[in-house]
Amino acid sequence: MLDMSIAEALAALAAKKISAVELTDAHISAVEALNPRLNAFITITADQARAQARAADAARAVGNAPALSGIPIAMKDLFCTEGVRTTAGSKILEPFIPPYESTVSARLKAAGAVMLGKANLDEFAMGSSNITSAYGAVENPWQRDDGAKLVPGGSSGGSAAAVAARMAMGATGTDTGGSIRQPASFTGIAGIKPTYGRCSRFGIVAFASSLDQAGPMARTVEDCAILLGAMSGFDERDSTSADRPVPDFRAACARGVQGLRIGIPREYRVDGMAPEIETLWQSGIDWLKRAGAEIIDVSLPHTKYGLPVYYIVAPAEASSNLARYDGVRFGARVDGADLIDLYERTRAAGFGAEVKRRIMIGTYVLSAGYYDAYYLRAQKVRALMLRDFNEAFATVDAILTPTAPSAAFAIGEKMDDPVTMYLNDVFTVPSNLAGVPAMSVPAGLDARGLPLGLQVIGRHFDEETVFAVSATLERAAGFTAMPAVRAGASS
Amino acid sequence: MSLDPATVRRIAKLARIRLADDEVPRLEGELNAILGYVEQLSEVNVDGVQPLSGGAQMAMRLREDAVTDGNYPDKILANAPDRIGNFFAVPKVVE
Repeated sequence: MLDMSIAEALAALAAKKISAVELTDAHISAVEALNPRLNAFITITADQARAQARAADAARAVGNAPALSGIPIAMKDLFCTEGVRTTAGSKILEPFIPPYESTVSARLKAAGAVMLGKANLDEFAMGSSNITSAYGAVENPWQRDDGAKLVPGGSSGGSAAAVAARMAMGATGTDTGGSIRQPASFTGIAGIKPTYGRCSRFGIVAFASSLDQAGPMARTVEDCAILLGAMSGFDERDSTSADRPVPDFRAACARGVQGLRIGIPREYRVDGMAPEIETLWQSGIDWLKRAGAEIIDVSLPHTKYGLPVYYIVAPAEASSNLARYDGVRFGARVDGADLIDLYERTRAAGFGAEVKRRIMIGTYVLSAGYYDAYYLRAQKVRALMLRDFNEAFATVDAILTPTAPSAAFAIGEKMDDPVTMYLNDVFTVPSNLAGVPAMSVPAGLDARGLPLGLQVIGRHFDEETVFAVSATLERAAGFTAMPAVRAGASS
Repeated sequence: MSLDPATVRRIAKLARIRLADDEVPRLEGELNAILGYVEQLSEVNVDGVQPLSGGAQMAMRLREDAVTDGNYPDKILANAPDRIGNFFAVPKVVE
């Protein structure tokens, strides 16, 4: 039961072969067995999950089962959930119990999904390894030949680990610079960052508002399509929410790529990329060609500036967004002699090192005298990156790249300085800056047995083509490898 | 451009984050590494380019300037670290 896809489970539920209670109980057992080791969940909501499962079975019995009725999922602990503690992976929100529900989690709830708990993440979604969480690192369920503990990627590392280890059938993630796609690649699952504006940001703890976008993570492309269909849609409470119809993403998975033009951006061949990734990229090109696509070389000339732009824009927005954590209205407080003292002590104690670093960089690049040189210039280069994509999409329907420049690394590796860690996001950041949709598909293993993903980037609001290309890659890759640590595996 | 310890302290003050003395040299190194890395943006020709502030491919919507929500002080105050009646409480600001 734990190895089923969401699509298979929905069919089994509809045929009354399994019940939502059975499915949920099996996943709760998996969470209880594996979470002490993997630390994928910060909060487990087993009782609520069982109640939701019973309600799903009751609804189905009277012929009223919505799209995700009875499907157990993990919710990244960045989505506010009414009455359930929401920490954003930070000490400063340790006592925070939201009095309201995020739009995305509310939509999933309304669609009948069962929430197993709140998934671990990098603090305020700032990180590429899940090691910055105040609630401890997450372990990647995949193992390398040397037995070292690996990171699951980040920031949606708990979501990725939970789905890969069969603790949840799917999960929500958020992606500001690659936080859905890079952990998906590191854990051998699929994940899509939809177009900016597709999913409401209302009730998601804000990191960098012009880049943040919610999306699903699951073990198949089709499962991501099913989840995204339930998560998407216009919301007047998010001023950047797109008021446009939600297409049938699931149907798009079956379209194929016959006649599609696929762009290969030459700037994504970077120095130091693992040779296996280069080879896998070529395999992806061959698979799409064989399926009837036309391969076209394209240029995205400002690609190399993506990370430097990101490391100005994202901290700038974060420094503004995180100003609200002042110890006055919600969250943790450290008392002080006066108000300023209270603010400074609260924020010193409540934020971790990476968050402080980014708030300070953001404060600096927005400060008087430096705004034009850093922030304004970064916004102009950002405009050039959007132009790059628009020009490429005048000749191609989608773009194929690797998701990340390496496979999962060990806890402790790549941690000498912040900039080395930031390089993980070199292939994922440009689509956040341009607002275009992008998906990671598990496509192969490296020489040490670790999963690697390919990334498909599409036009604004053309997730359907992204799903069509991704599902074609998935079928051709035939990725069936499973992580060593997973529910149901003998160990 | 390189930050000195005094600037690191000034930024921390602006960001309302108390720094211990031994944190300053570490942050100075890390912040300078990040600023050194983003320095490469100065080689891009941005003459005549309009800055892009967001990912949304649309104009911002306007709505009626009217009250649409509210009137539940207990919900709002439920997470307050300290409250007096229907107010958030903080240390005395004015003597």
